[in-house]
Amino acid sequence: MTGVMWAVTDSWTMTRRGLAHWARRPGQVVVGLVFPVMMLVMFAYFLGGGMAVPGGGDYKEYLLPGMFALTMAFGLESTMVAVTQDLGKGVIDRFRSMPMASSAVLVGRSVLDMLQSALSLLVMIGAGLAMGWRWHGGTGQALGAVGLLLLLRFAMLWIGIYLGLVAGRPEMVQAAQILVWPVGFLSNAFVWAGSMPGWLGAVAEWNPLSATAGAVRELFGNPPVTGGSWASGHAGMLAVVWPVLLLAVFFPLAVRRYGRMGR
Amino acid sequence: MRDRDHAKPAIVVEELRKNYGRNKGAKAALDGLDLTVGYGTVHAVLGPNGAGKTTLVRILTTLLRHDGGRAEVAGCDVLGQPDEVRRRIGLLGQHAAVDEELSGRQNLEMFGRLFHLGARRAGERAEELLARFGLADTGRKAVGKYSGGMRRRLDLAAALVLAPRILFLDEPTTGLDPRGRTEVWQAVRSLVDGGTTVLLTTQYLEEADQLADRISMVDGGRVVAEGTADELKSATGGDRLDVVLRDAAQLGAAAGMLGFLPAVVAAGGAVAVAADERRLSAPVADRMAALTEVVRVLDGAGIEAADIAVRRPTLDEVFLHLTGPEGRKDADTVAADEEGAAV
Repeated sequence: MTGVMWAVTDSWTMTRRGLAHWARRPGQVVVGLVFPVMMLVMFAYFLGGGMAVPGGGDYKEYLLPGMFALTMAFGLESTMVAVTQDLGKGVIDRFRSMPMASSAVLVGRSVLDMLQSALSLLVMIGAGLAMGWRWHGGTGQALGAVGLLLLLRFAMLWIGIYLGLVAGRPEMVQAAQILVWPVGFLSNAFVWAGSMPGWLGAVAEWNPLSATAGAVRELFGNPPVTGGSWASGHAGMLAVVWPVLLLAVFFPLAVRRYGRMGR
Repeated sequence: MRDRDHAKPAIVVEELRKNYGRNKGAKAALDGLDLTVGYGTVHAVLGPNGAGKTTLVRILTTLLRHDGGRAEVAGCDVLGQPDEVRRRIGLLGQHAAVDEELSGRQNLEMFGRLFHLGARRAGERAEELLARFGLADTGRKAVGKYSGGMRRRLDLAAALVLAPRILFLDEPTTGLDPRGRTEVWQAVRSLVDGGTTVLLTTQYLEEADQLADRISMVDGGRVVAEGTADELKSATGGDRLDVVLRDAAQLGAAAGMLGFLPAVVAAGGAVAVAADERRLSAPVADRMAALTEVVRVLDGAGIEAADIAVRRPTLDEVFLHLTGPEGRKDADTVAADEEGAAV
């Protein structure tokens, strides 16, 4: 077998390891899936009553695509926690002293997190449908929306891996959490950028999270409240460009960082 | 798995250097360490905490890159051909390098797959190893719930998935109870009987004495002495004659006689008296001659001995001698130094 084939095999072995962990603690997996739904319910019913969508309409129609995108973006945090926890374990030393593909530990992590996110998205869409949210476009467009969401998650995943490798210790993750929340909320996930002070609104419109949320709203046929800026007008394009750009930066950084762990 | 060139030693380390941290002033973890380990032998690296033992093992197992010098394992350079090295080694690190959330079987199967044994062979190998290390009936229990000794045995089994030619054991028995320690020792001995080359680090002199063919004593990132346990013991003042008398009143007379025994004179002639133990002690040049001479002389003078023994200095004494404040100063001239630091 070639090196690439072995890398795939090893990555799958590492993914299996993660799945075996899931089987060991199903409760934790369920909590991870339920938490975004709880957030959804909180924002839709506790805060949503006070929200008025410009031009009328149901806030839930606006909120759900935003929540999907936000959940994908917050995945950065869980990836980072998982990476720092894993690196602290002795078993990583054994992996590194074995003739396996050195990328397999990271790729295995990414496959596992993508599986978790896809599952999470499925659960959230189900919860959304139960709450009365609908998509109005065709199935193809809906699938396109899911694809864009997972693309954002994939980019966040590699940022999370890189930050996890840099942080090294689980304690450092708190610092990242403090940053993730304002970045998550400085977007159009919950409110339209036009409701923010001018300059903040402009930043929010350029947030990768807003691009994905905006594009997903369009594809689902939910009311896209555009601020009229270039960024909000080209959300579909930016929803692809942003994640690809972030991946182009953080994927090589993460792989390099892992390879240099012994220096 | 065959290695390329058995005429070469299993491990060659020359002038190895490692500095942690970027600032040049930082104390070196390894400061020009040299080491050669032949195939089929057990080599102990003995030293206190912070001597550089773990750093050495991590460099040799490709987990850490060194700053200077050269390190070859199984004829492969650890920096230039890390994958070649990894194919030939097994590692038992200081901390258990197994997945605590998985069962022992799941762990070994995973490692087997990562060694590219294939799913079926990996499963078979896992069963073999579990049976061999007395872990066959652990079932689905997560390793995190194992006892310390069990975890160590599983760790050792994990290091043996590929039946490596060269095995690295970094303080294999630290933190184990006596029973766990005996278990690990037995496992190491049976591996050595099978021809595996072992490099082990330890803080326990007894462990080095029990397991190793050769011992390198390290301190401050350098080897301060190297040899067989016997050679090292001889290097520290050689054998000592101990005589315990029945009657303390005769100590003075006996000490005088001992001082003139040819075997004692040849070793310097200094006799130490420990009055409260009724003990006389002196370095001797020739152990057999010393025993016959002392028995004859004391018998002739009618002095009754409760105990007479010639003993080698313990490795503890050697170690203290070499790494103590005095030892550091003249570590290079240890063989010429006759007076042991600890008696």
